[in-house]
Amino acid sequence: MKSIPVSTTINGDPYEFLCAPDETLLDVLRNRLSLTGAKEGCGTGDCGACSVTLNGRLVCSCLVLGAEAQGAEISTIEGMADGDELHPLQRHFIDHAALQCGICTPGILVAAKSLLEKNPAPTDEEVRYWLAGNLCRCTGYDKIIAAVQAAAAEMRGA
Amino acid sequence: MSLDEYTRREFKQVGTRVRRPDGVDKVTGRAMYGADATAPGMLTGRILRSPHAHARIRSIATSAAEALPGVKAVITSADLSVPEDEFIRDVQDNCMARGKALYDGHAVAAVAATDAATARAALKLIKVDYEPLPHVTDVDVAIRPGAPVVQEGRALENVPAGMSANVTSHSEFGHGTPAEGFARADKIIERSFRTAATHQGYIEPHACLASYAADGKADLWCCTQGQFFVRTLCSAIMGMEASQLRVTASEIGGGFGGKTTVFIEPVALALSRKAGRPVKIVMTRDEVFRATGPTVSTSMDIKIGMTSDGRITAGEAHLRYSGGAFPCGTVDMGGQAAFAAYDLEHVRTFGWNVLTNRPKEAAYRAPGAPQAIYAVESVIDELCQHFGLDPIDVRLKNAAKKGTKSSYGPTFPDIGLVATLEAAKKHPHYSAPLKDGQGRGISCGFWFNFGGNSCVSLNVNTDGTIGVTEGNPDIGGSRASISLMAAEELGIPYDRVRTIVADTSSLGYNDVTDGSRVTFAVGLATIKAARAAIRLMCERAAKIWGIDAEAVEWKDGAAVPAGPNAGKFPPMSLAEIAAVSFETGGPIAGHHEVNVDGAGVSFGVHIVDVEVDKETGATKVLRYTVFQDAGKAVHPSYVEGQMQGGAVQGIGWALNEEYIYGADGRLQNPGFLDYRVPVASDLPMIDTVILEIPNPGHPYGVRGVGETGIVPPLAALSNAVSRSAGIRLCELPMSPPRVLKALTGAG
Amino acid sequence: MVKVRLWGSLRQAADGKTEVEVEARNFKELLDRLAATYPGLEPQIRRGVSLSLDGVIYREAWFTEIRPDAEVVLMPYMTGG
Repeated sequence: MKSIPVSTTINGDPYEFLCAPDETLLDVLRNRLSLTGAKEGCGTGDCGACSVTLNGRLVCSCLVLGAEAQGAEISTIEGMADGDELHPLQRHFIDHAALQCGICTPGILVAAKSLLEKNPAPTDEEVRYWLAGNLCRCTGYDKIIAAVQAAAAEMRGA
Repeated sequence: MSLDEYTRREFKQVGTRVRRPDGVDKVTGRAMYGADATAPGMLTGRILRSPHAHARIRSIATSAAEALPGVKAVITSADLSVPEDEFIRDVQDNCMARGKALYDGHAVAAVAATDAATARAALKLIKVDYEPLPHVTDVDVAIRPGAPVVQEGRALENVPAGMSANVTSHSEFGHGTPAEGFARADKIIERSFRTAATHQGYIEPHACLASYAADGKADLWCCTQGQFFVRTLCSAIMGMEASQLRVTASEIGGGFGGKTTVFIEPVALALSRKAGRPVKIVMTRDEVFRATGPTVSTSMDIKIGMTSDGRITAGEAHLRYSGGAFPCGTVDMGGQAAFAAYDLEHVRTFGWNVLTNRPKEAAYRAPGAPQAIYAVESVIDELCQHFGLDPIDVRLKNAAKKGTKSSYGPTFPDIGLVATLEAAKKHPHYSAPLKDGQGRGISCGFWFNFGGNSCVSLNVNTDGTIGVTEGNPDIGGSRASISLMAAEELGIPYDRVRTIVADTSSLGYNDVTDGSRVTFAVGLATIKAARAAIRLMCERAAKIWGIDAEAVEWKDGAAVPAGPNAGKFPPMSLAEIAAVSFETGGPIAGHHEVNVDGAGVSFGVHIVDVEVDKETGATKVLRYTVFQDAGKAVHPSYVEGQMQGGAVQGIGWALNEEYIYGADGRLQNPGFLDYRVPVASDLPMIDTVILEIPNPGHPYGVRGVGETGIVPPLAALSNAVSRSAGIRLCELPMSPPRVLKALTGAG
Repeated sequence: MVKVRLWGSLRQAADGKTEVEVEARNFKELLDRLAATYPGLEPQIRRGVSLSLDGVIYREAWFTEIRPDAEVVLMPYMTGG
């Protein structure tokens, strides 16, 4: 299979890469661009560990082809902090002990950020339904919900 | 190991909710997990798996695969040694089938190629000549004489003659004469239960990177709960000396017991040896479900007698567990745990392990206990319903306490069950009103907890900071807890301590991160290592002051003269002593190596409210509270996290999770879409109540908390469903179709 | 002499008894004497056992001292998750 040249923007930076037609965006990020923050938990869009945004839309990067990144704006966990300044969600996840093993954390943070951009004041139930596509096996979600709400409150200036 | 370790003290840092040291790495994507490592010249390894539940492997033709450009190595079981040790041989045979494929998904061959596409293409070129054999995946079928035999000749000497060759072990525990107790009961209830095999469901699939050099030295990077045990297994399988294999544990994306053994690591090492290049293997989720450790599947008969005022007169359990295609001792732990919460005059449990054509069982949080205790707690609840008695009062009336001869033999020392039950009883959750159609269930849980081999080195840096080196992968915040204990003992701020997890060449042997052991046992070793460093620092201060070392003591992070007779010197802080360490005798460090016992058994009580939708059969969890004794909660947030996480895994087990096998013996739901673990929208907040009854076996009173939390949810949910829907299910999971069927049957 | 309680299924290997007495000052001696006196127990001891001493469970610890009046219970070797 002939490789496809792709030009894209990731976390505001220009990237160019070659990928196979059947290669997923997740594999491109991890294996070609060394952006290993997105994780593969299932490869079938069931666990959300590979969550990124593509042109502002939350997607499972394991269900997107690398070639679809052509001309797109992609955001990954690597772009969430501003230099050494953590995003409020990242800070509150640490402060609320919202991670144990941490493998689902990048995907959950990307998904939660996407939620708060659309809905700055979600109810607990809205957070739970928005994050229903992100599996966490360690925490029982309790502290994740609390951390998202604490970050949301801070970002609202509450 | 003396068991009067505990001394009462006021803690300054232990018990606070500090930020974990690996937090930033894990919220920024910087943390390196199993699949995140690369090496120059790295090849991609992939594994060919049996499509048959049970088949003789007549031959494996690999030449076409080997001839494919880009393929650098192909291996089968012929490329691995045959270890003498039976346990290790089973581990190896599970990694790569020898002679027979024993379950759907059993590895039969593997390739290493320059990229994943080539590796996948090569797998298709491997020709395996299978002779399919009759298979059996159900424990009740497999135990019958005449059932297809999974492996011949595996029965231990304790199996009675005349049983199916699939029965590999038998155990019996208990005391008294149950028949006498049953004769005194006002009501006896006998029920049969079944529980499905469930998977630990860690989100990170198994992954490793092996590099075997031509001089016989090898490095292995992998996600594991125990790098030292990985070294033990892999060096035996590869025929290597332990010193030649260095295993580094990556950050680990969940384990829950499932990463206490090896699956792909020896395969990657063998491929690397043959190819002469580093080989990385990452499992797919499908492979994780089909070929790594689920729990045992079970079938159980329980008989309990009770007087009308709620006294249990006798209990008996027959437990049939299947740990898949290999012998497994988990039923022994189920048999010991089944009635452990109760003070019984007459109790007996009988256990059998039965081979089936399923993947080899791997440990999962309190292995063996959730199933047996689910069955026992369900029958006790039904007896409470029969007599109209309060379920907590009945449990209090029968609760095991100090002096109780436990159902597994020993007489209990001080234990915390009564305090835990009383905390549950007086909690607002227990008396909160329920609406029509809602039901409340409770259950007790029990687990043994373990200690084990632990090594800690603690280095005092010249700037007054501390490096702690320990050997247990941090699966839920243990580096924070260990740093806290080191800081507490040394009397310095938490953020001056950095704890790292060492590879196998950097430290002595550490047991696996399992058995709820790390905060307890590694914490104990850390405290002792700190004390060793403190002794040295006191010696250095004594030299500087020109007094006897015995005349110096350690207080609030500094050496001080011990009493007025020692002389008058201002306190010398850790940083001040460290700064002149080169001049006073050299670098200062403390270390401690020990095999810790005295973990102390653990009890928990859970309360859950549910509502069963009678049209769909779906169960909604409305409210949940966990009560558990932590001895001393070193980092309360992560103690709560263990309790919440265990509870939710138990909720999944109770309501949805199961391995479903077809008539063809193949696993039908090897993915998260069809094997449904709880998602955020399924759940309420999980409230926690931490009790702190100091454990006499630990200097700070710490008790492990990792496993007990998964034990009570199974029965708590079942008991709640019975009170919500008026139906008593005796099979897990209580999935919507099963509940609907029971509702329809109940008319 | 130390009294050792065995679990039920070991009865057949110990002349039908679930409590036996051996001369031992520590776990190592206890296991050695048990295996010597009741050869049927030897396979299980070799596979691994835990011992409970006055209610506290030990998994190895050969040299743990046993007083003659101590409660000693033999248990299977156990592991966690």
